[in-house]
Amino acid sequence: MAARNTARPLSPHLQIWKWGPNMLVSILHRATGTGMATVGAALLVWFLAAVAAGPESYATFRDVFTVQSGGLNIIGYVVGIGLTACLFQHMANGIRHLFMDVGAGFELKSNKLQAQATMIFAVVMTVAFWLYLGIK
Amino acid sequence: MRSGTAIGRVRGLGSAKSGTHHWLNQRLTAGSNFLLVVWLLISILRQPSFDYAAMHLWLSNPWAAIPMVLLVASIFYHMRLGLQVVIEDYEQDQNRVALLVVMNLFVFTIAAIAIFSILKIAFGAAA
Ligand code: HEM
Ligand code: HEM
Repeated sequence: MAARNTARPLSPHLQIWKWGPNMLVSILHRATGTGMATVGAALLVWFLAAVAAGPESYATFRDVFTVQSGGLNIIGYVVGIGLTACLFQHMANGIRHLFMDVGAGFELKSNKLQAQATMIFAVVMTVAFWLYLGIK
Repeated sequence: MRSGTAIGRVRGLGSAKSGTHHWLNQRLTAGSNFLLVVWLLISILRQPSFDYAAMHLWLSNPWAAIPMVLLVASIFYHMRLGLQVVIEDYEQDQNRVALLVVMNLFVFTIAAIAIFSILKIAFGAAA
Protein backbone atom coordinates (compact mmCIF):
# COMPACT_ATOMS: atom_id res chain seq x y z
CA MET A 1 0.00 0.00 0.00
CA ALA A 2 1.25 3.48 -0.82
CA ALA A 3 1.89 6.00 1.97
CA ARG A 4 -1.33 7.23 3.52
CA ASN A 5 -2.88 10.41 2.15
CA THR A 6 -2.90 12.55 5.29
CA ALA A 7 -5.64 14.78 3.90
CA ARG A 8 -8.08 11.92 4.32
CA PRO A 9 -9.55 10.96 7.68
CA LEU A 10 -8.73 7.69 9.44
CA SER A 11 -11.59 5.37 10.21
CA PRO A 12 -12.43 5.24 13.92
CA HIS A 13 -10.38 2.66 15.79
CA LEU A 14 -11.03 0.23 18.64
CA GLN A 15 -11.54 2.74 21.46
CA ILE A 16 -14.40 4.50 19.59
CA TRP A 17 -16.73 1.53 19.33
CA LYS A 18 -19.07 0.26 22.01
CA TRP A 19 -17.90 -3.19 23.05
CA GLY A 20 -20.22 -6.07 22.32
CA PRO A 21 -19.89 -9.85 22.22
CA ASN A 22 -19.66 -9.94 18.41
CA MET A 23 -16.61 -7.74 18.20
CA LEU A 24 -15.12 -9.41 21.25
CA VAL A 25 -15.22 -12.89 19.69
CA SER A 26 -13.98 -11.46 16.40
CA ILE A 27 -10.87 -10.08 18.03
CA LEU A 28 -10.55 -13.21 20.21
CA HIS A 29 -10.56 -15.36 17.09
CA ARG A 30 -7.55 -13.49 15.81
CA ALA A 31 -5.79 -13.43 19.18
CA THR A 32 -6.36 -17.14 19.87
CA GLY A 33 -5.41 -18.17 16.30
CA THR A 34 -2.21 -16.17 16.43
CA GLY A 35 -1.42 -17.39 19.95
CA MET A 36 -1.82 -21.04 19.00
CA ALA A 37 0.12 -20.49 15.78
CA THR A 38 3.13 -19.17 17.68
CA VAL A 39 3.26 -20.45 21.28
CA GLY A 40 1.12 -23.56 20.69
CA ALA A 41 2.90 -24.63 17.51
CA ALA A 42 6.35 -24.11 19.03
CA LEU A 43 5.41 -26.19 22.08
CA LEU A 44 3.93 -29.01 19.99
CA VAL A 45 7.12 -29.20 17.96
CA TRP A 46 9.31 -29.08 21.06
CA PHE A 47 7.27 -31.91 22.58
CA LEU A 48 7.53 -34.09 19.45
CA ALA A 49 11.24 -33.40 18.98
CA ALA A 50 11.91 -34.13 22.67
CA VAL A 51 10.13 -37.49 22.53
CA ALA A 52 11.99 -38.30 19.32
CA ALA A 53 15.36 -37.38 20.85
CA GLY A 54 15.01 -39.65 23.87
CA PRO A 55 14.32 -39.79 27.62
CA GLU A 56 16.76 -37.05 28.66
CA SER A 57 15.43 -34.49 26.19
CA TYR A 58 11.88 -35.34 27.17
CA ALA A 59 12.78 -34.92 30.85
CA THR A 60 14.13 -31.44 30.07
CA PHE A 61 10.88 -30.54 28.30
CA ARG A 62 8.74 -31.96 31.09
CA ASP A 63 10.74 -30.25 33.84
CA VAL A 64 9.72 -26.83 32.59
CA PHE A 65 6.03 -27.53 33.15
CA THR A 66 5.95 -29.93 36.12
CA VAL A 67 6.98 -30.22 39.74
CA GLN A 68 9.11 -33.09 41.09
CA SER A 69 6.12 -35.37 41.73
CA GLY A 70 4.98 -35.10 38.10
CA GLY A 71 2.06 -32.70 38.61
CA LEU A 72 1.90 -29.44 36.70
CA ASN A 73 3.63 -26.35 38.07
CA ILE A 74 2.46 -22.76 37.62
CA ILE A 75 3.89 -22.49 34.11
CA GLY A 76 2.29 -25.80 33.21
CA TYR A 77 -1.13 -24.67 34.37
CA VAL A 78 -0.96 -21.22 32.78
CA VAL A 79 0.25 -22.55 29.42
CA GLY A 80 -1.92 -25.67 29.48
CA ILE A 81 -5.17 -24.04 30.50
CA GLY A 82 -4.39 -21.01 28.32
CA LEU A 83 -3.87 -23.09 25.20
CA THR A 84 -6.92 -25.30 25.71
CA ALA A 85 -9.08 -22.22 26.35
CA CYS A 86 -7.72 -20.64 23.15
CA LEU A 87 -8.41 -23.82 21.22
CA PHE A 88 -12.01 -24.18 22.41
CA GLN A 89 -12.76 -20.49 21.79
CA HIS A 90 -11.21 -20.58 18.30
CA MET A 91 -12.95 -23.88 17.55
CA ALA A 92 -16.41 -22.66 18.53
CA ASN A 93 -16.08 -19.34 16.75
CA GLY A 94 -14.40 -21.03 13.75
CA ILE A 95 -17.47 -23.19 13.33
CA ARG A 96 -19.69 -20.14 13.78
CA HIS A 97 -17.63 -18.56 10.98
CA LEU A 98 -18.38 -21.47 8.66
CA PHE A 99 -22.11 -20.90 9.14
CA MET A 100 -21.75 -17.18 8.54
CA ASP A 101 -19.71 -17.95 5.40
CA VAL A 102 -22.77 -19.56 3.83
CA GLY A 103 -24.79 -16.49 4.76
CA ALA A 104 -26.55 -17.77 7.86
CA GLY A 105 -26.87 -16.21 11.28
CA PHE A 106 -26.56 -12.50 10.57
CA GLU A 107 -29.78 -11.43 12.32
CA LEU A 108 -28.68 -9.05 15.06
CA LYS A 109 -30.14 -10.97 17.96
CA SER A 110 -29.10 -14.47 16.96
CA ASN A 111 -25.66 -13.29 15.90
CA LYS A 112 -25.08 -11.81 19.33
CA LEU A 113 -26.38 -14.97 20.99
CA GLN A 114 -24.05 -17.19 18.97
CA ALA A 115 -21.12 -14.97 19.87
CA GLN A 116 -21.95 -15.35 23.55
CA ALA A 117 -22.46 -19.09 23.09
CA THR A 118 -18.90 -19.53 21.72
CA MET A 119 -17.46 -18.02 24.92
CA ILE A 120 -19.69 -20.12 27.16
CA PHE A 121 -18.69 -23.22 25.19
CA ALA A 122 -15.01 -22.33 25.58
CA VAL A 123 -15.24 -21.88 29.35
CA VAL A 124 -17.37 -24.99 29.92
CA MET A 125 -15.19 -27.22 27.72
CA THR A 126 -11.95 -25.94 29.25
CA VAL A 127 -13.22 -26.59 32.77
CA ALA A 128 -14.57 -30.02 31.79
CA PHE A 129 -11.30 -30.98 30.08
CA TRP A 130 -9.16 -30.11 33.09
CA LEU A 131 -11.56 -31.62 35.63
CA TYR A 132 -11.51 -34.87 33.68
CA LEU A 133 -7.70 -34.82 33.47
CA GLY A 134 -7.53 -34.08 37.19
CA ILE A 135 -9.90 -36.73 38.54
CA LYS A 136 -9.24 -39.58 36.14
CA MET B 1 -3.28 -20.12 -21.90
CA ARG B 2 -6.58 -21.81 -21.20
CA SER B 3 -9.34 -21.58 -23.73
CA GLY B 4 -12.68 -20.12 -22.70
CA THR B 5 -14.21 -16.68 -22.55
CA ALA B 6 -12.46 -13.72 -20.98
CA ILE B 7 -14.97 -13.59 -18.13
CA GLY B 8 -14.53 -17.30 -17.48
CA ARG B 9 -10.79 -16.86 -17.08
CA VAL B 10 -11.01 -14.15 -14.43
CA ARG B 11 -14.07 -15.32 -12.55
CA GLY B 12 -13.34 -16.17 -8.93
CA LEU B 13 -9.86 -14.64 -8.94
CA GLY B 14 -10.62 -11.29 -7.28
CA SER B 15 -8.22 -8.35 -7.14
CA ALA B 16 -5.55 -10.33 -5.32
CA LYS B 17 -5.62 -13.08 -8.02
CA SER B 18 -5.49 -15.98 -5.58
CA GLY B 19 -7.73 -14.77 -2.76
CA THR B 20 -10.55 -17.23 -3.36
CA HIS B 21 -8.17 -20.15 -3.27
CA HIS B 22 -6.64 -18.88 -0.04
CA TRP B 23 -10.06 -18.31 1.51
CA LEU B 24 -11.36 -21.72 0.49
CA ASN B 25 -8.28 -23.55 1.77
CA GLN B 26 -8.61 -21.76 5.09
CA ARG B 27 -12.19 -23.12 5.37
CA LEU B 28 -11.25 -26.64 4.24
CA THR B 29 -8.41 -26.84 6.72
CA ALA B 30 -10.75 -25.44 9.39
CA GLY B 31 -12.84 -28.59 8.86
CA SER B 32 -9.90 -31.00 8.91
CA ASN B 33 -8.40 -29.15 11.91
CA PHE B 34 -11.63 -29.66 13.78
CA LEU B 35 -11.61 -33.44 13.28
CA LEU B 36 -7.90 -33.80 14.05
CA VAL B 37 -7.98 -31.54 17.10
CA VAL B 38 -10.90 -33.53 18.54
CA TRP B 39 -8.80 -36.66 18.00
CA LEU B 40 -5.85 -35.05 19.80
CA LEU B 41 -7.91 -33.88 22.79
CA ILE B 42 -9.50 -37.31 23.25
CA SER B 43 -6.10 -38.98 22.92
CA ILE B 44 -4.65 -36.70 25.61
CA LEU B 45 -7.55 -37.47 27.94
CA ARG B 46 -7.04 -41.20 27.40
CA GLN B 47 -3.30 -41.31 28.18
CA PRO B 48 -2.49 -43.40 31.25
CA SER B 49 0.49 -41.16 32.02
CA PHE B 50 2.60 -38.45 30.41
CA ASP B 51 6.02 -39.92 31.11
CA TYR B 52 8.51 -40.68 28.39
CA ALA B 53 7.61 -44.35 28.00
CA ALA B 54 3.89 -43.62 27.64
CA MET B 55 4.42 -40.81 25.11
CA HIS B 56 6.89 -42.84 23.06
CA LEU B 57 4.64 -45.87 23.04
CA TRP B 58 1.65 -43.74 22.02
CA LEU B 59 3.41 -42.10 19.05
CA SER B 60 5.11 -45.26 17.85
CA ASN B 61 1.69 -46.74 17.06
CA PRO B 62 0.62 -46.00 13.46
CA TRP B 63 -2.88 -45.18 14.73
CA ALA B 64 -1.36 -42.21 16.54
CA ALA B 65 1.59 -41.39 14.26
CA ILE B 66 -0.51 -41.07 11.09
CA PRO B 67 -3.20 -38.75 12.51
CA MET B 68 -0.42 -36.75 14.16
CA VAL B 69 1.32 -36.21 10.79
CA LEU B 70 -2.04 -35.21 9.29
CA LEU B 71 -2.68 -32.88 12.23
CA VAL B 72 0.65 -31.14 11.75
CA ALA B 73 0.05 -30.79 7.99
CA SER B 74 -3.51 -29.48 8.37
CA ILE B 75 -2.94 -27.13 11.30
CA PHE B 76 0.34 -25.74 9.98
CA TYR B 77 -1.15 -25.01 6.56
CA HIS B 78 -4.22 -23.40 8.15
CA MET B 79 -2.00 -21.39 10.44
CA ARG B 80 0.27 -20.30 7.59
CA LEU B 81 -2.77 -18.98 5.71
CA GLY B 82 -4.10 -17.32 8.87
CA LEU B 83 -0.84 -15.65 9.85
CA GLN B 84 -0.51 -14.31 6.30
CA VAL B 85 -3.84 -12.50 6.66
CA VAL B 86 -2.87 -11.09 10.04
CA ILE B 87 0.46 -9.79 8.69
CA GLU B 88 -1.20 -8.32 5.58
CA ASP B 89 -3.70 -6.49 7.79
CA TYR B 90 -1.10 -4.75 9.94
CA GLU B 91 2.09 -4.35 7.90
CA GLN B 92 2.92 -2.44 4.74
CA ASP B 93 5.65 -2.31 2.10
CA GLN B 94 9.04 -3.86 2.92
CA ASN B 95 8.03 -4.89 6.43
CA ARG B 96 5.15 -6.88 5.07
CA VAL B 97 7.36 -8.79 2.62
CA ALA B 98 10.04 -9.41 5.23
CA LEU B 99 7.54 -10.66 7.82
CA LEU B 100 5.82 -12.91 5.31
CA VAL B 101 9.18 -14.48 4.43
CA VAL B 102 10.09 -14.95 8.11
CA MET B 103 6.64 -16.39 8.83
CA ASN B 104 6.99 -18.92 6.00
CA LEU B 105 10.46 -19.94 7.17
CA PHE B 106 9.08 -20.41 10.69
CA VAL B 107 6.12 -22.52 9.60
CA PHE B 108 8.00 -24.74 7.16
CA THR B 109 10.93 -25.25 9.54
CA ILE B 110 8.81 -26.32 12.50
CA ALA B 111 6.60 -28.45 10.23
CA ALA B 112 9.67 -30.30 8.97
CA ILE B 113 10.98 -30.82 12.52
CA ALA B 114 7.56 -32.02 13.69
CA ILE B 115 7.04 -34.53 10.89
CA PHE B 116 10.63 -35.78 11.07
CA SER B 117 10.21 -36.31 14.83
CA ILE B 118 6.97 -38.25 14.48
CA LEU B 119 8.44 -40.50 11.80
CA LYS B 120 11.59 -41.06 13.81
CA ILE B 121 9.51 -42.21 16.79
CA ALA B 122 7.23 -44.31 14.62
CA PHE B 123 10.03 -46.02 12.69
CA GLY B 124 11.86 -46.63 15.93
CA ALA B 125 15.34 -45.33 15.14
CA ALA B 126 17.55 -45.46 18.21
CA ALA B 127 17.68 -42.12 20.07
C1 HEM C 1 -13.94 -2.56 17.51
C2 HEM C 1 -14.43 -2.97 16.41
C3 HEM C 1 -13.76 -3.96 15.50
C4 HEM C 1 -13.06 -5.09 15.79
C5 HEM C 1 -12.74 -5.70 17.14
C6 HEM C 1 -12.66 -5.67 14.52
C7 HEM C 1 -11.93 -6.83 14.40
C8 HEM C 1 -11.63 -7.41 13.20
C9 HEM C 1 -10.89 -8.64 13.02
C10 HEM C 1 -10.28 -9.46 14.15
C11 HEM C 1 -10.82 -8.90 11.70
C12 HEM C 1 -10.18 -10.07 11.02
C13 HEM C 1 -11.06 -11.28 11.07
C14 HEM C 1 -11.99 -11.35 9.92
O1 HEM C 1 -11.57 -11.14 8.77
O2 HEM C 1 -13.15 -11.69 10.13
C15 HEM C 1 -11.53 -7.83 11.01
C16 HEM C 1 -11.66 -7.75 9.65
C17 HEM C 1 -12.23 -6.67 9.01
N1 HEM C 1 -12.80 -5.55 9.59
FE1 HEM C 1 -12.99 -5.21 11.54
N2 HEM C 1 -13.11 -4.86 13.52
C18 HEM C 1 -13.79 -3.80 14.08
C19 HEM C 1 -14.40 -2.76 13.45
C20 HEM C 1 -14.45 -2.61 12.07
C21 HEM C 1 -15.05 -1.50 11.39
C22 HEM C 1 -15.73 -0.34 12.08
C23 HEM C 1 -14.90 -1.74 10.07
C24 HEM C 1 -15.32 -0.93 8.87
C25 HEM C 1 -15.74 0.30 8.92
C26 HEM C 1 -14.21 -2.98 9.91
C27 HEM C 1 -13.88 -3.55 8.71
C28 HEM C 1 -13.24 -4.74 8.58
C29 HEM C 1 -12.92 -5.35 7.30
C30 HEM C 1 -13.23 -4.79 5.92
C31 HEM C 1 -12.29 -6.56 7.58
C32 HEM C 1 -11.77 -7.57 6.58
C33 HEM C 1 -12.84 -8.60 6.38
C34 HEM C 1 -12.35 -9.77 5.59
O3 HEM C 1 -11.19 -9.80 5.22
O4 HEM C 1 -13.17 -10.65 5.34
N3 HEM C 1 -13.94 -3.50 11.15
N4 HEM C 1 -12.02 -6.94 11.96
C1 HEM D 1 -10.57 -26.36 15.90
C2 HEM D 1 -10.44 -26.26 14.65
C3 HEM D 1 -10.33 -24.92 13.95
C4 HEM D 1 -11.33 -24.29 13.27
C5 HEM D 1 -12.76 -24.78 13.08
C6 HEM D 1 -10.77 -23.07 12.74
C7 HEM D 1 -11.46 -22.16 11.96
C8 HEM D 1 -10.94 -20.99 11.46
C9 HEM D 1 -11.61 -20.11 10.52
C10 HEM D 1 -13.00 -20.31 9.92
C11 HEM D 1 -10.77 -19.07 10.26
C12 HEM D 1 -11.03 -17.89 9.35
C13 HEM D 1 -11.51 -16.68 10.13
C14 HEM D 1 -11.63 -15.43 9.31
O1 HEM D 1 -11.63 -15.50 8.08
O2 HEM D 1 -11.69 -14.37 9.92
C15 HEM D 1 -9.58 -19.26 11.05
C16 HEM D 1 -8.51 -18.38 11.11
C17 HEM D 1 -7.30 -18.64 11.74
N1 HEM D 1 -6.95 -19.81 12.43
FE1 HEM D 1 -8.20 -21.37 12.79
N2 HEM D 1 -9.46 -22.97 13.13
C18 HEM D 1 -9.14 -24.09 13.87
C19 HEM D 1 -7.92 -24.39 14.46
C20 HEM D 1 -6.78 -23.56 14.43
C21 HEM D 1 -5.51 -23.85 15.06
C22 HEM D 1 -5.21 -25.11 15.86
C23 HEM D 1 -4.68 -22.77 14.81
C24 HEM D 1 -3.24 -22.49 15.19
C25 HEM D 1 -2.34 -23.36 15.47
C26 HEM D 1 -5.43 -21.80 14.04
C27 HEM D 1 -4.92 -20.59 13.60
C28 HEM D 1 -5.65 -19.66 12.89
C29 HEM D 1 -5.16 -18.34 12.52
C30 HEM D 1 -3.78 -17.75 12.83
C31 HEM D 1 -6.20 -17.70 11.81
C32 HEM D 1 -6.21 -16.30 11.21
C33 HEM D 1 -6.90 -15.35 12.17
C34 HEM D 1 -7.34 -14.04 11.57
O3 HEM D 1 -7.19 -13.81 10.37
O4 HEM D 1 -7.84 -13.22 12.34
N3 HEM D 1 -6.70 -22.32 13.83
N4 HEM D 1 -9.70 -20.45 11.78
